[in-house]
Amino acid sequence: MASSENNGIEVRGLVKQFKKGPKAVDGIDLDVAPGEIYGFLGPNGAGKSTTVNMLVTLLPITAGRATVAGWDVATQGSHVRTAIGAALQAVALDKFLTGREHLKLIASLQGITGDRASRRAEVLLERVGLEDAADRKVGGYSGGMQRRLDLALALVHEPRVLFLDEPTTGLDPQSRTALWEEVRRLATDEGVTVFLTTQYLEEADVLADRVGIINAGTIVAEGTPAELKAEIGAPTVELVPASDADRARLPGLLAQFGTEAAPEVPGSVAVRLHRGDDRASLVSIVRAVDDAGVAVREVRQHEPTLDDVFLLKTGLTLEGAASDADVAASEPGPRSPEPAPADPTAEPVA
Amino acid sequence: MTTSTTSTAAPPTTGIINPHATGTSLANQVGLLARRSVRSSLSSPAGYMPGIVMPLILLTINSSGLSAATRIPGFPADRYLDFAIVITFMQSALFATSSAGLGLVRDIESGFLDRLALTPMRAGALVVAQISGAIAIALGASLVYISIMFITQVDFHTGPLGVLALLGLSMWTAFSFATIGAWIALRSGESEALQGIFPLLFATLFLSTTNMPRDLIQADWFRAITRVNPVSYMVDAMRSLIITGWDGRVLLEGAGVLLAVSLIGVAGCARSLRRRMAKA
Repeated sequence: MASSENNGIEVRGLVKQFKKGPKAVDGIDLDVAPGEIYGFLGPNGAGKSTTVNMLVTLLPITAGRATVAGWDVATQGSHVRTAIGAALQAVALDKFLTGREHLKLIASLQGITGDRASRRAEVLLERVGLEDAADRKVGGYSGGMQRRLDLALALVHEPRVLFLDEPTTGLDPQSRTALWEEVRRLATDEGVTVFLTTQYLEEADVLADRVGIINAGTIVAEGTPAELKAEIGAPTVELVPASDADRARLPGLLAQFGTEAAPEVPGSVAVRLHRGDDRASLVSIVRAVDDAGVAVREVRQHEPTLDDVFLLKTGLTLEGAASDADVAASEPGPRSPEPAPADPTAEPVA
Repeated sequence: MTTSTTSTAAPPTTGIINPHATGTSLANQVGLLARRSVRSSLSSPAGYMPGIVMPLILLTINSSGLSAATRIPGFPADRYLDFAIVITFMQSALFATSSAGLGLVRDIESGFLDRLALTPMRAGALVVAQISGAIAIALGASLVYISIMFITQVDFHTGPLGVLALLGLSMWTAFSFATIGAWIALRSGESEALQGIFPLLFATLFLSTTNMPRDLIQADWFRAITRVNPVSYMVDAMRSLIITGWDGRVLLEGAGVLLAVSLIGVAGCARSLRRRMAKA
């Protein structure tokens, strides 16, 4: 295993302001340790891709300072580019080249030539499962195949720091899981530092060692997924009433157990339980509802999620923020958001 | 706002996983990318056929339609084909504008330019490569036209050396137009801008001495335009090699105009490239 010294990322007061626009990134600070997988979570237009583009030297910074693998992105760009690999938000391929030609071209530009380039291409094609399609022009690849090739291109020169900008958007669940495993392997076995942006809660939760949540260009929360969720503490209980009359009675009945929360099911009522209050529990709520004669069709308990953290910090849900951001996105070239995977912590109990 | 508190970044001295990632020489970069440019162009007949076939169609139409022009007193050639064959070289050179420009625009629009920018590639290598690719296609087309000149027994007044000189001028013309195409591509990043410039270039071709010597053009306004139209000087220089012989003044005028257009194109490319690749 290679040493991972100097593989980290340090960002201080990073700002990006586009002409005649608001600050897309507004003074963020972050540190990513060598070999760490850092999940950068936020809705479309939050500033994720702008941050990545600055860190990979594709976009000049307006103010602040950032170092990647020990090199200053503003003044030592060529060194930064040698140390990093990047799969940006939109796959960047030449439709007239085959997968193998792509890999050999990028390898050659990186100074890896001849047999070494061919061997490297073989290894990467196998790793991303494109051996059979290696000699087909990428114009005929599916979206998932293109994204896998894009990742392989980012790995050609064995980078020490890997930037993945929404790498699983458009991938089927199987490809998504395979990519997660590959990212984990890179971090664990090869000591690669991974900076991963995503708008999928599950992705950040499952994959990232630490998560930074960005909204409107500002980091609103940072920590391990467990730490962030611990800030919320108590779970949320959601009740689906049997009728409008029952719905009208529920808020008053539930107020003693916690604070009102945003429900997932339209027409239902949700309450985030008070922390450290023994009376605030699912059992107590079911008893109270039953005693009051309120009829409910379903009761769900949600463990705290990163979306709850986002809600706590911004007053918005990630999904809602994404919709707002789509209207007024300031990042260049934002893609349409795809439906996020279902919340894996939703737990129907009745 | 947080201000910088980190110390000056020290170059990594250990832990380099990618010892080979040192890049390759500029010449190799240009070679790799030029091969890619040519292969991309050749992979689609729509990318190169118009540049070869269209000039021949235009030549056929003009030669048959304007053959009577040779009867005008003072017309400098016995056959209109000898006079007009230069249209093919000129038009092929004009296609270099789109060949070089569209290749760059495709890389910009697809994001592949960013992919390349993340390698140790020098920014200028891509532009030089795209221009080289466009010139290679123009060279192929010019060789086809020279073959046609031999087949149709065009009376070539400067001999074998003149054929080489014609080829050289033709490539220089393709280069100068390719730089203009690359400039527009880098500046706009949009294929629409290139498509928009093409009719203008064709108008420039027809408002030159392509179809008639300047002295025989009746309309004053047309004659005046041919005088300020740089394409006229390029056409006249190439044509002189075929129908006149070695004419130093005409060749120098053509070379001067080509030099000026090339310098403008290269300067525009360099400026737009700097702005587009505004990275560290």
